Amino acid sequence: MEEKKFIYADNAATTRVIPEVLEVMLPYLSENYGNPSSLYSIARKSAKAVEEARAKIAELLGAKPNEIYFTASGSEADNWAIKGAAHAGMTKGRHIVTSKIEHHAVLHTMKSLEKEGFEVTYLGVNGDGLVDPDEFRASLRSDTILATVMLANNEIGVIEPVKELAAIAHERKIPFFTDAVQAVGHIPVNVAELGVDMLALSGHKINAPKGIGALYIKNGTRVTNLVDGGGQERSKRGGTENVAYIVGLAKALELAIARIPELERVRTLRNRLVEGILKAVPYSRLNGALEPRLPSNANFAFEFIEGEGLVLLLDMAGIAASTGSACSSASLEPSHVLLAIGLPAEKAHGSLRLSLSHETTDADVDYILEKVPPIIARLREMSPLYEEFTRGEVTFKIK
Amino acid sequence: MAMLYSEKVMDHFANPRNVGELENADAVGEVGNAVCGDIMKIYLKIDDDIITDVKFKTFGCGAAIATSSMATELIRGKSVKDALTLTNKAVIEALDGLPPAKIHCSVLAEEAVKKAIADYYTKTGREIDFDLGCDGHCDSCGTKHA
Repeated sequence: MEEKKFIYADNAATTRVIPEVLEVMLPYLSENYGNPSSLYSIARKSAKAVEEARAKIAELLGAKPNEIYFTASGSEADNWAIKGAAHAGMTKGRHIVTSKIEHHAVLHTMKSLEKEGFEVTYLGVNGDGLVDPDEFRASLRSDTILATVMLANNEIGVIEPVKELAAIAHERKIPFFTDAVQAVGHIPVNVAELGVDMLALSGHKINAPKGIGALYIKNGTRVTNLVDGGGQERSKRGGTENVAYIVGLAKALELAIARIPELERVRTLRNRLVEGILKAVPYSRLNGALEPRLPSNANFAFEFIEGEGLVLLLDMAGIAASTGSACSSASLEPSHVLLAIGLPAEKAHGSLRLSLSHETTDADVDYILEKVPPIIARLREMSPLYEEFTRGEVTFKIK
Repeated sequence: MAMLYSEKVMDHFANPRNVGELENADAVGEVGNAVCGDIMKIYLKIDDDIITDVKFKTFGCGAAIATSSMATELIRGKSVKDALTLTNKAVIEALDGLPPAKIHCSVLAEEAVKKAIADYYTKTGREIDFDLGCDGHCDSCGTKHA
């Protein structure tokens, strides 16, 4: 019997822990179990491991070691950066600027701050998915205390002009935070080069485990403490350090950054995938600009079908992928990102995200290109919308 | 969280029964809308008030396809009067359950059947003496279906 095919094309959702990362973590789960706050030798080993990891991550991002704070996730880092800066700055003002296409960890944090009385401006994006720097500039006010736009979008992979936006914010002395969870390890990221005051990253997008992230806080940036406790993370985030995961994060980041040149091969594969799908599937389009975009990301809209069914049928064919369809979530709203780039709701339902990695092969792309078009044809055969369209009863098209 | 579908839901999604259109259907019922992400269209062939054939087309998620498939199975061969007694709960039970976020799919299936029978009543000059339920628009009725 043929071995069941499995192609993982959902690397923007999460990645596996690779053996090189697991290997450096394991000693800190077993023999080197000391609490970094203790004084004896095995504890000193733990403390040294944490500080070496911090120094490594700082070096890789162009930061100073005392500007890196470990968190339990990218979402935690997003929450901390935004609420921390908002609460530290609330005596100066209560206005925050962000974009409509941020991750929910940012958008829901904004909703929470709105309930506290903060005012939030959500900037739209153009059809490519990009924030307009002039619109950003115009949104800043005398009472703006924080501006934040993500570095790369998690659904459509477009890369925002963060360097330019941060410079504009700084003209007004407004601190700038970027959620770089999707970008770090996938494109070169240097905090000094970008000019950001805070930056969030996550381990599990780059082959470290789930449950570890980090926040860069530039020295001098005012942020309230996240967890009061035993003085860990320079008293800003208490709690005994997750030593093994911190060590794993540093190793994973080092490996991911070393692999960035290899991602040009992934970009070529991705471009072949995009061309192949758009050619084979009528009434389809790529969501978001092809460039500037993460080399691994492709996101399509397929008219007349709904994404959940597509993802389930792809799974049966051995392909793991994601959709921005409402039916993939508990809410009845389709992806806010696809709506923000101007896709009508009925077309946002039929979206598919394929996110590749350095492990994706030519044969994987061939297989995806072989499987996707007939599955879409099958769903369209079942779709009353497609039936009406072929009868000429409706004429809408997404192009 | 990922939707956890029963084996029956997955079977009716992957191998839907009665997909297609009926030429010269005696009645057609369509509910839902594309903006919400679910449209169900049911075609009936009716002889002497007995549903002798039924087909469907659905734009929607796995649960929408599975509930359409199951609803068509449950009314095939029944009298229109019996078909009117089909409830969304019966569809859910026949599918061994649905995740809470997908209950509305079973409601749509029930209402697609009612809409088709209403069409049959209209065509045969009968008074529609039953409730059509909501119109399938996700926000318009505001009721929570269970």
